[in-house]
Amino acid sequence: MNSTTLLLVLLALVAFGYFFGRNRSLAAVHSRGGHRRDLHSLPEYYGYMAALWAGLPALLLLLAWSALEPTTLNHLLVAHFPATYQGMSSNDIGLALNSLHLEAGQGNPADIADPAQRQQVAYLLHLQETSRLLKTALVVVLSLAGLAWAVSRISPRFRARNAVERIIRYILIAASSVAILTTVGIVLSVLFESLRFFAKVPITEFLFGLEWSPQIAIRAGQVGSDGAFGIIPLFVGTLLIALIALALAVPIGLMTAIYLSEYASPRFRAIAKPTLEVLAGIPTVVYGFFAALTVAPAIRAFGESLGLEVSSESALAAGIVMGVMIIPFMSSLSEDVISAVPRAMRDGSLGMGATRSETIRLVLLPAALPGIVGGILLAASRAIGETMIVVMAAGLTANLTLNPLEAVTTVTVQIVTLLTGDQEFDSAKTLAAFALALMLFITTLILNVIALHVVRRYREQYE
Amino acid sequence: MMSEQPTTAATRVRVPEDDDDALLSVGATPQGGAVEPENGYTTVGEPFVDQPKMQTRDVNVFYADKQAIFDVNLDFAANEVLALIGPSGCGKSTYLRCLNRMNDTIPICRVAGELLLDDEDIYAKSMDPVLLRARVGMVFQKPNPFPKSVYDNVAYGPRLHGLAANKSELDEIVETSLKRAGLWNEVKDRLAEPGTGLSGGQQQRLCIARTIAVNPEVILMDEPASALDPIATAVIEELIDELRQKYTIAIVTHSMQQAARVSQRTAYFHLGKLIEVGDTDRVFTNPRHQLTENYITGRIG
Amino acid sequence: MTNTEKVKRGLAKRYRKERRFRAMGLIAVLLGFAFLIVLLSDITIKALPAFHQTYLKLDINLDPEVLGLAPGRPLDEKAILHADFRSVVRRSMYALFPEVRKRRDKRKLAALVSTGAQYQVRDRLLRDHALLGQTFSMWVLADDDVDTYLNTRSLRDLKQSERRLRDNQVAWLETLKQEGRIESRFNWLFFSSADSREPELAGILGAVVGSFYTLLVTIGLAFPLSLAAAVYLEEFAPRNRWVDFIEVNINNLAAVPSIVFGLLGLAVFINFFGVPRSSPLVGGMVLALMTLPTIIIAARAALKAVPPSIREAALGLGASHTQMVFHHVVPLAMPGVLTGTIIGMAQALGETAPLLMIGMVAFIVDIPQGFTDSATVLPVQIYLWADSPERAFVAKTSAAILVLLGFLVLMNGIAILLRKRFERKW
Repeated sequence: MNSTTLLLVLLALVAFGYFFGRNRSLAAVHSRGGHRRDLHSLPEYYGYMAALWAGLPALLLLLAWSALEPTTLNHLLVAHFPATYQGMSSNDIGLALNSLHLEAGQGNPADIADPAQRQQVAYLLHLQETSRLLKTALVVVLSLAGLAWAVSRISPRFRARNAVERIIRYILIAASSVAILTTVGIVLSVLFESLRFFAKVPITEFLFGLEWSPQIAIRAGQVGSDGAFGIIPLFVGTLLIALIALALAVPIGLMTAIYLSEYASPRFRAIAKPTLEVLAGIPTVVYGFFAALTVAPAIRAFGESLGLEVSSESALAAGIVMGVMIIPFMSSLSEDVISAVPRAMRDGSLGMGATRSETIRLVLLPAALPGIVGGILLAASRAIGETMIVVMAAGLTANLTLNPLEAVTTVTVQIVTLLTGDQEFDSAKTLAAFALALMLFITTLILNVIALHVVRRYREQYE
Repeated sequence: MMSEQPTTAATRVRVPEDDDDALLSVGATPQGGAVEPENGYTTVGEPFVDQPKMQTRDVNVFYADKQAIFDVNLDFAANEVLALIGPSGCGKSTYLRCLNRMNDTIPICRVAGELLLDDEDIYAKSMDPVLLRARVGMVFQKPNPFPKSVYDNVAYGPRLHGLAANKSELDEIVETSLKRAGLWNEVKDRLAEPGTGLSGGQQQRLCIARTIAVNPEVILMDEPASALDPIATAVIEELIDELRQKYTIAIVTHSMQQAARVSQRTAYFHLGKLIEVGDTDRVFTNPRHQLTENYITGRIG
Repeated sequence: MTNTEKVKRGLAKRYRKERRFRAMGLIAVLLGFAFLIVLLSDITIKALPAFHQTYLKLDINLDPEVLGLAPGRPLDEKAILHADFRSVVRRSMYALFPEVRKRRDKRKLAALVSTGAQYQVRDRLLRDHALLGQTFSMWVLADDDVDTYLNTRSLRDLKQSERRLRDNQVAWLETLKQEGRIESRFNWLFFSSADSREPELAGILGAVVGSFYTLLVTIGLAFPLSLAAAVYLEEFAPRNRWVDFIEVNINNLAAVPSIVFGLLGLAVFINFFGVPRSSPLVGGMVLALMTLPTIIIAARAALKAVPPSIREAALGLGASHTQMVFHHVVPLAMPGVLTGTIIGMAQALGETAPLLMIGMVAFIVDIPQGFTDSATVLPVQIYLWADSPERAFVAKTSAAILVLLGFLVLMNGIAILLRKRFERKW
């Protein structure tokens, strides 16, 4: 049976286990002429324990099986390939596997003309059937075994509640580890593919190369076949747009935070804060659309009216819209940071006859400076990692320039273009995307770690 | 020249952290005494002086709908230390903060009555709070030096108000202030170091130096030594005695002994009302009001 | 000069600075308002044309010969589905303008009608078999070029070479208008059909259903995992290095760019675990990992806010630690946790980049039926349409954005309502 049905069967077994365990515990005391109260734990806990043992190991097996089945099947298939298939590149193997799966999905191997392929498909179907049977059998057996073991331990003296609570705690720990597993997963997957990339393109060329044009030959000898994989133009493009964004967002965000916390009336705040939250909640694809269809043409028209040459995908357009997106982020960070300055400092300055702006400029902001710097770093990290706005509004070709009126491309744009085009998974192009992602991940990680460290040290100063 | 009044509303609605919350239970019977508070009460003693530096008449202070200070009439004599004593939450700090309009920074606080500095109404529209606070300085309970160097801390006020024409004048002001605060010898080699690096007692003296640097006429002190150890406290108290030769000082204190040591006149507050005022010696040895006596003998507060 | 005079001297300048500073702050806030208003109004204006659709009234003659239906055979569904309705529609257009002779002109005439019109006629016959052989009038969809032309006044002033409709087409449209054969109706098709190459037939239903399934997977995975993690970290975890490491990890994950999660999904879920590409299942898994930190942080705050007095009361009555947590603390923290979850879901609804990575860039015409079918989500649909050159897609994209924003406002509104009604201030 397929996984869904199996899941339902498992659920039934779990429910059965609960009632069985519970009744068993009650039977255990009544048979000795005792009372419910003689049980260490409430009868429900014996039921829970039985249910957990019936369900958890089997569920884990089912999940692991479903997760590992595809890769295992593919390995077995490849091992079963006839001699003619030896020496195929991994791309071709992948293609062959894909077509096999497609044919198997049709379900009728007799229709296939090629006898070799017919045999392969029949083998695949056989493997799938075997896997299904094995899976069902093992899961059910494991479930029953777990149930049996749990029930065998039921006695009035048995501390069911403690056992259940211990299991629950392990479940909670497992859930908490998902965060670590995710980080590990990200690092490993990105690293693994990046290493495969660096086997094809030397890391020095990647890190220090000044040219980025990832065109790989489809066939050997094709013109323009050698791709250049230098990341510098991408980094410069990313930084250019990020700087424009920060130049807009940091002053506006900071002054917004100052005005709202020091000068605005409660009624004004009640309108302004939700507005900022709306601005923060707008999806980046909407910002990207706005940037590409409204802001970029407007800047272009304005620039040309001044006689300047402006690209229709200028860094300025993308940077401005990205800046608008970051304003609420910067504003709320700044507000947190400024309000952490103790009131005593504000009072001390006001008490000496300083005006409010003098107090803010000369006392509060310098006091809050580390926190603000941390906020700027976090905003920068956000700007560097942003994807949709630049994909839709910035250029696609690498361009090593600092002129905001030209089109540049960024790391994130390249990741998207490399992976949403038509190419196989193994080519240097696709792997380059992972190498780029590695750089992106490391950069944002460093920025975040520094920023959080700075902000935490700053807060501790005032606690 | 009409200078613009900066708005008095701050966005942060905060009642001051000190014990004024207890104020809001006005009308409760005080512990230990059988005296019923009445609305029209008389202050016992000598609240008024000849040629006062500051005068307050019929001062009432409200936090939103709750009244915190009731009909206070009190004079501050020039070059004298007046101690404000009383149990926690009786409004001493609130009243003190009226004298330099620090209560303006709390939006729900409303001050009624007449408060004069050298016969000028300090709550008049024509009185600029900035100017007022340059003439009436304040030292707070917890030392609050700015995160700047010692020099910059003291120079902050003079720079703001443009009191020095050039660097050497500023240096002079800083040195004089630190000397008057009794801190010069300890920091003269460390002027560039951050003010927050000093010990608690030194920080408070730094705050005093900072206040003096603006050359005020009156200095308000809100429990200036309560966060300090006994030795630092003694230094501060000695300092207060020296300062009074140049400035008028009003000091709020929890410690009766401190009041007895440093002040010439003492005013006893109880639940927002000024119960008794008089020469310090007389108030402590021969209080005229039952409540004052209860407080001094330790039956209340 | 006395002190007071010195101070007075500088006051005017200082107050000027104060006013300037305050004005700068106000300008900053107003700029934020302005950006928002400009953005929203721009999109709304662009979206307006998408909400109505031009229809043409044609006299349809269901001639069985033209349809290719043999007269003797029974009229079953299969036969109807294979019949040639395109010719029927074409002929009805030619019938309206019999003077049009040249082949090229005839093609231009037929191009005024949408390619979807044939399916409209077909569906009509499917519903009512008696119509075979009859002539009746019916409103059919016009082509998107007609729609664009009629909606945009500025186009009428352009020369023929600058617009998509030729002069003769414009003239025919004018005639049809005078005959009362052109009508503009509310565009229900937008909400009821899936994506299409033709702008006038394109709708968001496929994307909305895809988003729905994806979010279902996201919340099904993220909510239990986040709650469990938050409960452990807040209530059970000892203070040691391992737990600190977990917390640091969670905070870092919150700041990782979203596209990296997409790559994780591509490399691990699709290539290693074999989850179907572009399915709500893998999309939901990726989004769940992204939303974990948000919900964990919100849940921890909610758990922390439950006062110790409740915990101590429970323990004092003899509850075990686990019982205290699950019977007392978690239920009281639930409103806060749910608020955080809804906000996390709203963020997930608007995510595009990671879903591009897991393959949702394909052109999907079917409405997904399950968690493993290929699907797209609303923000990706917006992205794909934004790339299309047809002008009509600009309106559709903007309209889809409004729908997306509408969902987000709804979700955030529910979260705020929940917070206001159920959260207690301890």
